[in-house]
Amino acid sequence: MFAFIVRRLLYSIPVLLATSFLIFTAVSLSGDPAARLKANPRYDQKSIEVIEKKYKLDKPIPVRYFYWLKDVTTNKLGTSLNTNQPIWPDIKRVMSHTAQLIVTSSIIAILIGIMVGVFSAIRQYSIFDYTATSLSFLGFAMPTFWLALLLQILFVNIYLKWDLRIFYTSGLNNPDEGAFSLDRIQHLGLPVATLVIIDFALYSRFMRASMLEVINSDYVRTARAKGLAEWRVILHHVFRNALIPLVTVVALNVGGLLGGAIITESVFSIDGMGFYFRSKLAQLDIYAVMAWLLVTSVIIILANLLADIIYGYLDPRIRYS
Amino acid sequence: MPEPVLLVRDLVVEFATEDGIVKAVDGVNWEIYPGEVLGIVGESGSGKSVSTLTLLGLIPQPPGRVLRGEAIFKGRDLLKMKKKDLRAIRGREMAMIFQDPMTSLNPVLTIGNQLGEAVKTHFPDKKNDEVEAHVVRMMQAVGIPDSERRYHQYPHEFSGGMRQRAMIAMAISNDPAVLVADEPTTALDVTIQAQILEVLKLAQEETHAATILITHDLGLIAEMADRVIVMYAGKIVESGDVNIIFAAPRHPYTIGLMDSLPRLTLDEDWLRPIPGQPPSLINRPPGCPFHPRCFLSQGRVRCRTDEPPLGQIAPGHLTACHFAEELEGRTSHLSAAAGTEVAQ
Amino acid sequence: MLASAAAEEAFEYGLEIKARSQWAYARRRFLRHRLAVGSLLVVTAIFVCGAFANHIAPYGFEDVDLIYGDQGPSAKHLFGTDELGRDYFSRVIYGIRTSETVGLFVAGLSTLIGVMIGVLAGYYGGWIDNLLMRLTDLVLTLPALAILLTFSALYGSGNKWRIALILALFFWTGLARIVRGVFLSLREKEYVEAAKAAGAGDLRIMLRHMLPNSIGPIVVNATLTVAQAILVEAALAFLGLGIQPPTPALGVLVFEGQDLPQDWWLTIFPGLTLVLIVLCVNFVGDGLRDALDPTQRRVRA
Repeated sequence: MFAFIVRRLLYSIPVLLATSFLIFTAVSLSGDPAARLKANPRYDQKSIEVIEKKYKLDKPIPVRYFYWLKDVTTNKLGTSLNTNQPIWPDIKRVMSHTAQLIVTSSIIAILIGIMVGVFSAIRQYSIFDYTATSLSFLGFAMPTFWLALLLQILFVNIYLKWDLRIFYTSGLNNPDEGAFSLDRIQHLGLPVATLVIIDFALYSRFMRASMLEVINSDYVRTARAKGLAEWRVILHHVFRNALIPLVTVVALNVGGLLGGAIITESVFSIDGMGFYFRSKLAQLDIYAVMAWLLVTSVIIILANLLADIIYGYLDPRIRYS
Repeated sequence: MPEPVLLVRDLVVEFATEDGIVKAVDGVNWEIYPGEVLGIVGESGSGKSVSTLTLLGLIPQPPGRVLRGEAIFKGRDLLKMKKKDLRAIRGREMAMIFQDPMTSLNPVLTIGNQLGEAVKTHFPDKKNDEVEAHVVRMMQAVGIPDSERRYHQYPHEFSGGMRQRAMIAMAISNDPAVLVADEPTTALDVTIQAQILEVLKLAQEETHAATILITHDLGLIAEMADRVIVMYAGKIVESGDVNIIFAAPRHPYTIGLMDSLPRLTLDEDWLRPIPGQPPSLINRPPGCPFHPRCFLSQGRVRCRTDEPPLGQIAPGHLTACHFAEELEGRTSHLSAAAGTEVAQ
Repeated sequence: MLASAAAEEAFEYGLEIKARSQWAYARRRFLRHRLAVGSLLVVTAIFVCGAFANHIAPYGFEDVDLIYGDQGPSAKHLFGTDELGRDYFSRVIYGIRTSETVGLFVAGLSTLIGVMIGVLAGYYGGWIDNLLMRLTDLVLTLPALAILLTFSALYGSGNKWRIALILALFFWTGLARIVRGVFLSLREKEYVEAAKAAGAGDLRIMLRHMLPNSIGPIVVNATLTVAQAILVEAALAFLGLGIQPPTPALGVLVFEGQDLPQDWWLTIFPGLTLVLIVLCVNFVGDGLRDALDPTQRRVRA
């Protein structure tokens, strides 16, 4: 098991390097990173030349890549070209906010998704199943941004009509409120709800399909033939086995979750990674964008690694391969 | 004459599919006596598996449905029992061995866990180490080497033959009165098949269980069965003592089956399969189900209009053919007693 | 052992059943799904509306009419108007046209690329397969939306064809994996070996023997890609980094509408249209999957 983990970790490193190279190249090819500065009348020719020297902008891309990599790993993720501030402190701040959003919505979505998926499978073709299936299809077709907007409009109108603040429709929290206060919950409520609805569709569908596949398998028939009570068959044989593929689904969805974060944070003006990314991209702050992409790649690789480990723990067949 | 341990009367099982209602088992009657081995032979789709799965309530209902029939086991009708009572019998007094041991065992649980589960379900008061000792004994009995260590292993660490041995061990661990083996060797390599056959024989001798052996492999039947039932299109077409069925079959289908086996001692150029396809089990036309492929029928009207009833042509020998007397005097090249063919 | 005339007849009858066209069977299965068929009709109707936008839309999408500005849905303006008095019904119809163009283009191009790459990887295996799969793996390591946003912002310049190209270059990965999987498994089949032994060239084997077997998953995936592409394009437009105004696209319309939450029709109608299109395309894709991939049965016989 340990060897398995170590192997996967070692494998991740070249992946990360390749990814970072791709990011750097793709972004840098789009144009001159200093273009914005050159357009800005506040920077005169001399300052621009100094900056170009500092960022080695006159060198070819592969060379610049190495300097960038060195800068990023040793110097707080580098410095933003636009603001001349180090990037890491900003990202650290927004990461914690987004983490709160994503972790909360994931846990809720997974729990509800599992419950609904399991129940749908056990009572296949029942009214519950049809309702759940329809809702899932709706969830798949729903653009995240639109759902977020709808919720926002709804609660804005509730406030305007009845002067009732159930959930806040923008911002992270009111001043002087902490990270785990009721106020924060009220602010994060709608973004979390948005992400839960979207993700729940995926998880419940998947859980249902997985359960159905397992329920019809031969070893479940054997379990029944042994005389086990149906509840025990479901719990001990079906559910455990059906849960395993869900680990992969959740891991693969991390990228999607981050995308969802970008959207919901934009709609609800939450100071998180998504909001940060979007604004930096709009300002064409190249180095910040690249640093962000690098950080998220690391997060996704770690998430996949974690999923692999959990999977290996649950399914003994994987451990020895 | 001892009492049969299991008696099936007029069993009809149908399935609702997208294309129509399939009559998988169409009015089947048989019985099995304590300690005997009853072989059920037939092609895929003949209904041989469904008829036994139904007895243990392992047919999903929907889409399956038991239209009518009774299955008397120790004085009670299995088909009308409450779920709770049926569960008490499953794995305890009536146990099943399935075809594909790889998919029939849960891949994420240890062998010991699964075999132990079979015991603990019916004897919940037994302590864990008692159960483990018992399971290890069973594993040793079926010939799994190094049982104590293998108890903690997973199915994927076992070879195909060992997995099937584990399945057999699981089936006999509660000393059942009836053992059902559904195609126990089909999914295995030929060399392993012989070994598993020996294990099955051993299991049968040790437990004195009435064994139902379902297979399409005539060699297996010859080696192990006392009596044989031949099924076709959901019906029984012939039944009787295994030696007689092999030496002097009295139904064109049985004859076709025997003849389709390649002969080792004769120099032949062509195999002789039964021409045609098995009939669709949806809306079967009237008459004998086998007549489109029958060499004996030769298009006779009676075969096309009247379904032949299963009738006795000799003591203990039943056949469902209008013209079975015409088969008098025929002998096949096979002999069950020799387990192989007899030189003609 | 005589095969009587009746037996011969039955034999041939059996062969005839097998010869019945695979496509007829698939079509029959699809038509049984009323939901899929209904969705197909709805989607086709919507797309036709979009295609003939010039003739169907009652107003031009730029037509300004300040007198009727900021009005809710009415008989004159089915979907209401924005603050400049532009008729939203017309704008939505033109938006449909843009969205469907992008969706179909992305699905088509990504399918083409995906099939080519998948065929190469699956057929040749070995290092080609390894290389291509590592490439697709890398693409998956990055958060999809972020990557698309980045490329859109840097290379897209708000132009719908550029954006569509960027999307296509991202979406091919999913299909490539599927095709590769099918080809990898088919490669070992005997009829491929037989064709090779008969001297058939690689290309011929790929096209005539193996590709037809993967048509099912390809079609299903292509259909679902249309829906995905439309959704993603709308998201990009909404975040201001995709298709930009004044080009009408459903996402752009929502983007413009979000500043006026009291004029709820500005966000609801374009969004509803999006949901309807995507929902129907998904249903069609699901029906296709059932029809073309009979191995996934719901009833176990």
